[in-house]
Amino acid sequence: MERIIFYILAAVIILFAVASVTSRKILRAVIYLLFVLIGIAGLYFLVDYNFLAAIQLTVYGGGIIVLFIFAVMLIHHVELVLEKTALKKKLIAGALSASGLAVTLWAISTYPFPETSATAYSSIEVADIGRILLSYEDGGFILPFEVISVLLVAVMIGSIVIAKGRKLVADGSPKTEDGSEKLTENK
Amino acid sequence: MIAGISIYEILTLSSILFFIGIYGFFTRDNLITVLMAVELILNASAVNFVLINTYLYPDLLQGAVFSIFIIALAAAETALAIAIIINLYRIIYSVEVKDTEIMKY
Repeated sequence: MERIIFYILAAVIILFAVASVTSRKILRAVIYLLFVLIGIAGLYFLVDYNFLAAIQLTVYGGGIIVLFIFAVMLIHHVELVLEKTALKKKLIAGALSASGLAVTLWAISTYPFPETSATAYSSIEVADIGRILLSYEDGGFILPFEVISVLLVAVMIGSIVIAKGRKLVADGSPKTEDGSEKLTENK
Repeated sequence: MIAGISIYEILTLSSILFFIGIYGFFTRDNLITVLMAVELILNASAVNFVLINTYLYPDLLQGAVFSIFIIALAAAETALAIAIIINLYRIIYSVEVKDTEIMKY
């Protein structure tokens, strides 16, 4: 049963990932990305990492995707169709990714992973994750945890400052071909 | 651990996801879609951390913790990058990769 669910999830993830990087309608690409992220959350549920799946759903599904949709709607028209990628570029990128994938799959299939018994495995409690995140003994993660907190505060302030920007043109003149002129006059 | 699924199949899935992200990173011209490809790559690595932890070291938690850190970093990176993209759009009225030629202002 779990095997079938895994294959369904894998198919959903791969299909929507391909659709997300090839779709020329930008809003649809964002929604396909949402399906990929939900599929990965399903994968986490399948291995009983409930807390991580919840984080994946709230941070990615609830936060990042909304951020992307906001950015798309602020910048583009919703119906915008992206330019067609040149066939040569597609072929080169496809060949490079396929060869990289072949090397990686070869390395994975030849590496002898040790067999572990399924009985040793038990589901992870949220309390354990909290304890290891805040422990300062051996194997604790208190320092990275604090660094991440400082980083998040810095990013929050930084993105507010950057996105606030300043008024560009006093008369609100429309788009021009050359952006650099606009810069100097608005400093 | 998923019954009936070996670690090879799961690593195959995450490598395919990773290289789909690489392909998108190469072919896309729009900054937002490039950022989406980066999200795919980061997600593939987070899946790897979690599943290797589950299959090879079931009594440890390190993989889950690193996945949490990856998710936090991805969220921070996306917020900052989207702020930069929106500001860039106000300045040069474009978010295409080929139009972004200057770094300052």
